[in-house]
Amino acid sequence: MTAQQFFFLLFSFVTLIAALRVVTAGNLFHAALWLIATLAGVAALFVLLEAGLLAAVQVLLYIGAISILIIFAVMLTRGVADPREKRLNSWSGLGAVAAIVMMIILAQVIGTFPWGGSALAEAPADSIATLGKALVDPAQFVLPFEVISVLLLVALIGSVYVARARGEGE
Amino acid sequence: MDIFSIIAEFLRTLLGGLGLADWFVDLIMAIIRAAVLGTFGLLTFMLLTWIERKLIARMQDRLGPTYHGPAGILIPIADGIKMMTKEDTVPAGADKWVFNLAPILTAAAALIVFAVIPFGPDTGAGALVGTPLNIGIIYILAVGAASVIAVLMAGWSSNNKFALLGAFRAVAQLISYEVPQVLTVVTVVMLAGTMDMVQIVHAQTVPFIFPLFVTALIFFISGVAETGRSPFDLLEAESEIVAGFHIEYSAMKFSLIFLAEFVHAFAIGAIVATLFLNGWEGPLPGIPYVWLLLKGLALFFVMIWFRGTFPRLRIDQLLAFNWKFLVPLSLANLLMIAVGDKLLRDAGVSSTHNPWVWGLTLFAANIVLLLVSLGFLSRAGRRARMREQAAIARRREIAPAAGR
Repeated sequence: MTAQQFFFLLFSFVTLIAALRVVTAGNLFHAALWLIATLAGVAALFVLLEAGLLAAVQVLLYIGAISILIIFAVMLTRGVADPREKRLNSWSGLGAVAAIVMMIILAQVIGTFPWGGSALAEAPADSIATLGKALVDPAQFVLPFEVISVLLLVALIGSVYVARARGEGE
Repeated sequence: MDIFSIIAEFLRTLLGGLGLADWFVDLIMAIIRAAVLGTFGLLTFMLLTWIERKLIARMQDRLGPTYHGPAGILIPIADGIKMMTKEDTVPAGADKWVFNLAPILTAAAALIVFAVIPFGPDTGAGALVGTPLNIGIIYILAVGAASVIAVLMAGWSSNNKFALLGAFRAVAQLISYEVPQVLTVVTVVMLAGTMDMVQIVHAQTVPFIFPLFVTALIFFISGVAETGRSPFDLLEAESEIVAGFHIEYSAMKFSLIFLAEFVHAFAIGAIVATLFLNGWEGPLPGIPYVWLLLKGLALFFVMIWFRGTFPRLRIDQLLAFNWKFLVPLSLANLLMIAVGDKLLRDAGVSSTHNPWVWGLTLFAANIVLLLVSLGFLSRAGRRARMREQAAIARRREIAPAAGR
């Protein structure tokens, strides 16, 4: 077993255990923390794939911003740490059916993929510059890039509008 | 060849001679490097607490610690013994695992920043850095963002409403001041053309503090705000919220949080020295790490100076300062540097041809930006003052005898 295989197995194991604990933790705040562990595991897998920038951005955005938002939402929930709260609600049956259907679809996709066919592709030496050029190249990704910027602007303006203090007479 | 490269070469040949596999030798060398950097961080913490206490004392016209050792140099050891022998309390109803994990995470997040700070150039055996990451500066930003989680964990698990409020305010301050920090780092990366910390030092033909003067100021101010030092120390001010999110921590756990704050402050000093002040370069060759440490300590001295000089900012003043001043200023700065650098490059001046002309022209542009922004600030301040005086005059007309 090479070092890369060993670390891949280790990080995958950690990620999967953490993901399992996200959905089975009784305490909602602990579930949020296990989610952070899962995201950190995914960042470690990015590092193994030699996508260092993606790993750093994963930590910066997912763990540094989105997880904080999730934790704030969790903290504003009543009965977060109460062990008497029921864990399943009345939609559990339908949820189980949806999960099994999803599992069948994913198993089909994963089964028909040609695993082990090609070796790990070499990352380009200047991957950050390549990514940057791809984002502004008119033949590649500039249109989705600009559309996402407009989407972020709309979200920012919307959040400022929703959260602004009510003036007099409103 | 400096002393650390010589020791590393010796160890590598020793381990290779034992017949171990190449990757295993690399792994052991990496573990040794990590251990050395961690120990360096902890030892620096000891030195920094002594420096801070003596300097703050002198600024407040008193002597500071004078007993233990000459000029109180052994005071960090006395502090350590005190912290170790105090009772380690866990509040009733606290979440034990999260409560114990939070200070460890804050200390770890502060220490792992030292893995990418370059202490010396590549003299044939690799640069004198923990690991020459090609995403060095983004790694530092990511670690800073992740350390906010530890603050939330500490506040929530203490089972204390004041700790939770303190944690919320701390998180608001920390995530707000990340925005100008990231924007200024983008400006530096734009000029240096790389995110690798070692290459950024090499790209500084002119120390970046000249063409990026406003950038350095904004980065330093947001760095001070990120560590929660004065004047942004509302998070742990005793007269405000009595130690904020770490109110329930005693003994060694409090010491870990305290360590995280000081080590983070020194790390900000070292990062500013790397990004803006030519990192490890100094007058004498052969000891690059000494120059980096001296520059980092000089910036730490400026942080202590801030603490001894400025009054504390209120939470709304600090957030307004960030969102209404620093963020627009850093955006304007980014635009100005981008346009200025492109224009200068078209005119034939850049960081490689005529570096000092390029540097000083951009420095003049920075001063113009600074004066314009201070003009905006003073106008806004004058308008607020006029409004207050008009309100007072109106109140005096309505009730002339009241409030005498």
